[in-house]
Amino acid sequence: MAHHVQHYNLDQKFDFTAATKKIVFTVLGIGAALLIIGVLMAIFGGGHHEAAEAEGHAFHWYERLYANLWINNVYFTGIAIIGVFFFAIQYAAQAGWSTAIIRVMLSLGNWLPIAGVLMIVTFFVANHDLFHWTHAYLFDKSSPEYDSIIDGKGAFFYWPMAKGTFPVFYIFRMVLFFGFWVFFFKKFQQFTYNEDIIGGTSSWYKIRSWSAFFLIFFAVSSSISAWDWVMSIDTHWFSTLFGWYVFSSWFVAGLSTITLIVIFLKSQGLLEMVNENHVHDLGKFIFGFTIFWTYLWFSQFLLIYYANIPEETVYFIERLSSDIYGPFIFVNLGLNFVLPFLLLMTRDSKRHGVFLKLVCALIIAGHWVDFFLMVQPGTLGHNGGVGFMEVGMFLVYGAAFTFVVLSGLAKGNLVPKNHPMLEESYNHHI
Amino acid sequence: MERDTHFVTGVYEDEDVLLQAITQVRSSGIKIHEVYSPYPVHGIDDYLGYKRSKLPIAAFLFGLLGTTLALTMQFYMMKFDWPMIIGGKDYGAFPDFIPVTFELTVLLASFGMVGVFMVSTNLKPWAQPRIFDLRITDDKHVMAIDIANNSAMELAKIEEILKSSGASEVNKKSFE
Repeated sequence: MAHHVQHYNLDQKFDFTAATKKIVFTVLGIGAALLIIGVLMAIFGGGHHEAAEAEGHAFHWYERLYANLWINNVYFTGIAIIGVFFFAIQYAAQAGWSTAIIRVMLSLGNWLPIAGVLMIVTFFVANHDLFHWTHAYLFDKSSPEYDSIIDGKGAFFYWPMAKGTFPVFYIFRMVLFFGFWVFFFKKFQQFTYNEDIIGGTSSWYKIRSWSAFFLIFFAVSSSISAWDWVMSIDTHWFSTLFGWYVFSSWFVAGLSTITLIVIFLKSQGLLEMVNENHVHDLGKFIFGFTIFWTYLWFSQFLLIYYANIPEETVYFIERLSSDIYGPFIFVNLGLNFVLPFLLLMTRDSKRHGVFLKLVCALIIAGHWVDFFLMVQPGTLGHNGGVGFMEVGMFLVYGAAFTFVVLSGLAKGNLVPKNHPMLEESYNHHI
Repeated sequence: MERDTHFVTGVYEDEDVLLQAITQVRSSGIKIHEVYSPYPVHGIDDYLGYKRSKLPIAAFLFGLLGTTLALTMQFYMMKFDWPMIIGGKDYGAFPDFIPVTFELTVLLASFGMVGVFMVSTNLKPWAQPRIFDLRITDDKHVMAIDIANNSAMELAKIEEILKSSGASEVNKKSFE
């Protein structure tokens, strides 16, 4: 095609205006209000006492608060690290089409330091209320509650300390993963913004090398973090594809977030070099990885359903046969597979904002439901559910995440103006 | 009743020249029969003003047919025709049917799409291809113009427009 050199404003910056901030803070306020209503209802509502007595374990309102904190910690950490991951993928694959939007991807990583602190603090506060394996009596052979299966897995949490004491290995992994993720994020940020000043191709080559190392580390750490933070809630149960299942859930939600931010920036009159071809490619990624998520969800379900081994089926019995969680299994599949699959199938729906915005919003809500279904049944059992507290906490986290990410984005140039592949991105055509 | 068909062909050396030429030739009122190139030229369908292919619709319908066939077949066989208990599941164990349903959907969608593509582009095995210029398999782009379709314009005028649009050669080509 006969291309002419384009003259775009490459020094454009995203201006996090007071009007935008007002919307974010309104959402935060609504979320906080709902959260407080939810907490008050949980404190004074009661109603579960008979059931709790029958179980021999009194249910406290704050357990539900902790479970909600945990759901959103894991979910938004995932979205944040997916931004860094997708950025690294562009460099490792030497992709040119995405150059104009790579800083949008990277900006999601701004949430990571906060997410790390929240995760560690929540773990120490919630401890026994979220993770069954933190109880010392499970590892005490003389105790009537001794659990040989969890004892067998104990070293994974407690090594090199004695089982049932302080989970050194677990905390070490949590700190290591967040530490490296933030480290790589800062490195990428440093190289890409430095490129604006020094120009040339050296920054690109450096980021590509660092991307390769990051991707290797991420392949391992994303999987292990899924076992640690999510699968260990149902301590007896295990699934060999759980790491990829959580990753795919993160990935689809992260891609939807990136797409929504890109569409938002375009609506602000920025990123004028990003046209429907780039949006189309993001849409195709969402469409494809929606199916990938479904494939993993269903593979996990079908094998467990078909083999019908009690220690595996318990995971789905707990969810499908529950009045609280049963319907959400179908909400999960509807929001994360059926609707995106049908709505994003045509070319036009991926190229024009309206459908894509709708689907992205559905997916972001849908994958929250996915994590809700992973965390709550194992921690709260029949005391869980989606109420004011769940919606409120999700909105609070969502607003805080948006604020941190957009503030980070507003700090530097929006477009990597000296990126060697910028011209290719302008001329992207599919 | 074979009718002789006559074409004028313009040979282009460069893809950028070709794309500019397409715009120029079309704007002068000439209807282009087809453009041949040794490799896919990006965006050429927009320049030629081609409408979007309806192939995805065919693929979707064939896929839907595959889904329907697979589910009907499995429910009929496993629940009605010869009910069997497998793995302690119900006769109509829906999750068990999904892998076969998926495979048949993909199979029929892809076969249907290839079939429709071959029919709509006349790619039958016994079709006689029209080679406008042997060099289109090497390094030349060739624009073919059907004289019968452009009877309003004089032949010399068409040739002149092709020349001025950057064609390195302008030839005539006839098929039986």
